[in-house]
Amino acid sequence: MSRPIHILQLYPQDMNIYGDHGNVLVLKRRLEWYGYEPIVTEYNVGDPFPKTVDIVIGGGGQDSGQEKIHKDLLKIAPKLRELADNNVPILVVCGLYQLFGNYFQTSKNTRLDGIGILDVETHGTNERLIGNIVTSTESFGEIIGYENHSGQTTLGQNVQPFATVIKGAGNNSQDGHEGARYKNVIGTYLHGSILPKNPQLADYFIEVAVRQRYEDFTPNVIDDLFTELARDVARERPR
Amino acid sequence: MPHPFVVLMGKAVRYAARLRGGGSALPGLFVEKISPDFIKNTLAPLPHGVVVISGTNGKTTTTKMVVALLEAQGLRVFTNRTGSNFTRGVAAALLKEVDMKGNLAADIAVLELDEAHAVKFVQTIPPRYSLILNVMRDQLDRFGEIDATAQMLEKITSATSEAIVLNREDPRIRRIGDHDAAHRVSYFGLSDDLLATFPNDDDMRNSSIKTTQRPNADVLLSSYEHDSATFKIAGKDYTTSLKITGVYNVFNAAAAIALTQTVLDNEFNIQKTMDALAEVTPAFGRGETLRIGGQPLELVLVKNPSGFRLGLKSFSPTGYATMIAINDNYADGRDMSWLWDVDFDSLANEGVSEVSGVRAYDMALRLQYDEVAITHIEPELSIALRQFIETNKDTPKRIYCTYTAMLTLRKELSKMTKVEVIS
Repeated sequence: MSRPIHILQLYPQDMNIYGDHGNVLVLKRRLEWYGYEPIVTEYNVGDPFPKTVDIVIGGGGQDSGQEKIHKDLLKIAPKLRELADNNVPILVVCGLYQLFGNYFQTSKNTRLDGIGILDVETHGTNERLIGNIVTSTESFGEIIGYENHSGQTTLGQNVQPFATVIKGAGNNSQDGHEGARYKNVIGTYLHGSILPKNPQLADYFIEVAVRQRYEDFTPNVIDDLFTELARDVARERPR
Repeated sequence: MPHPFVVLMGKAVRYAARLRGGGSALPGLFVEKISPDFIKNTLAPLPHGVVVISGTNGKTTTTKMVVALLEAQGLRVFTNRTGSNFTRGVAAALLKEVDMKGNLAADIAVLELDEAHAVKFVQTIPPRYSLILNVMRDQLDRFGEIDATAQMLEKITSATSEAIVLNREDPRIRRIGDHDAAHRVSYFGLSDDLLATFPNDDDMRNSSIKTTQRPNADVLLSSYEHDSATFKIAGKDYTTSLKITGVYNVFNAAAAIALTQTVLDNEFNIQKTMDALAEVTPAFGRGETLRIGGQPLELVLVKNPSGFRLGLKSFSPTGYATMIAINDNYADGRDMSWLWDVDFDSLANEGVSEVSGVRAYDMALRLQYDEVAITHIEPELSIALRQFIETNKDTPKRIYCTYTAMLTLRKELSKMTKVEVIS
């Protein structure tokens, strides 16, 4: 009874700076614990794009990492766009969140075109938004993490904010919202990593992916006590 | 303000601070305020000048080794051995050492400086030599990004007047040497065999050996077994026994040898260097061993993913009880993401006896996802430590801890056994 679920990890070599490995590990383990067989494909610059993809995960990088992958990302953009339109769950954190937007203008005024799956734009600034962050969402309840970015993102007409900020900064220093969502594509600045601290989000990704491939999803129960206790501490820590 | 007055007043503040049982930095802060030139004036006359040691991991151990190696060859060395590697820590250490007239009885100053503080320090006091160890993911919430930190380190080498010593195996550090024409550049490195076991941040998820062109290493760590190492210096192999443990500490011994060679140049004596190296003991919290109830207890400081991974790789868990203590105070770094960049599979067989610290549950959660069993979770360090010792009476123990957790644990341990006091 092996029921494979294919996870595509985008650019782990160049975009993995803030514990993004944790997001993949959480999906992998929870799938196993639920009785599925996770198959993780690492996609790096120049690799063949896999045929079967159920979930996509992408992380943050330094400016140099973003420049390295930029051309390749534009190349695979149509494939990612197709996955997004087909409701495939996609989580992009920090650097890849910015590049999933329309463009990223660095603080030195060079402009990197994004792939426009999320209708957002980002401007590099000299102000670093940094620290513990607590947000709330309608679909997933409270989302807790850590943010660290100097790019400030503003949302366009065709995208919803992912969360409302309770404590912290979020997309930028004015609007009070965090991240962006289009269908099942979620862009966010939260690491820490986000999925270990917010398993409800991981389970949503898993459920969507499993239902799309196998229709039925009847999960075992996972003991999330440590998660609850870790969230209780994180919520109260200084920024 | 005239130099002797500054010294006198600084010493008075130092004495008062010690009576209060206060920290080591306060007198330094005081002197910094009333005489910004105090450090500069005191260090200026040293015949061999100033050495700055910086980088993410291993500064304290390396500095300790460099001091021992230089002293073994007859130099009088001033150092900031408090581990307070900020400018005011240097001022505080100087206040302790100078005579009442403000003269420092030393031939050379060897200073370990935190990257950000080093950049400011070298603007007022350009070092004659600098040693750059590595740049890894440490406290990204403080410095931003690794590339930014590498640029800081390059400012240190640019400000150096004579010679620089660089880690050949760290691509961002090696790059500094590639476009440096102004200095004598010396490299320390690893043999290809050892390099394969020594991940850096770029190949963290990709263990293939780097085959890019590397410059020749002036000092190469050719091989290492648990208590001895072989270094290749000027084409010849030298083997020595060691008291320091952990392959990353031993790699830093190669850095210390290369720096000593650079400073002493023609006067450099390899045999004296090897003899002195054999006697160096680990710096506090860097694999140091205490004894509790007749059993050894090791403290291993972990500050960042690469350091933690190297620690787990260096010390076998077999036959040991393991405790992990994770705090998230400012000095530890507030962001817990880094725990997810460390694999804990190696602890799966033995399990972890005790998990503690402010972020104990973050650590427990991390272990859950590597399917590592945990016996106790207790965020309060003093309770956890006693429980850990009580549960594992007849077993050697090892504690992996972040910086502020280590300070608390050492304080608790000093109530039970002799612990070197850091002041």
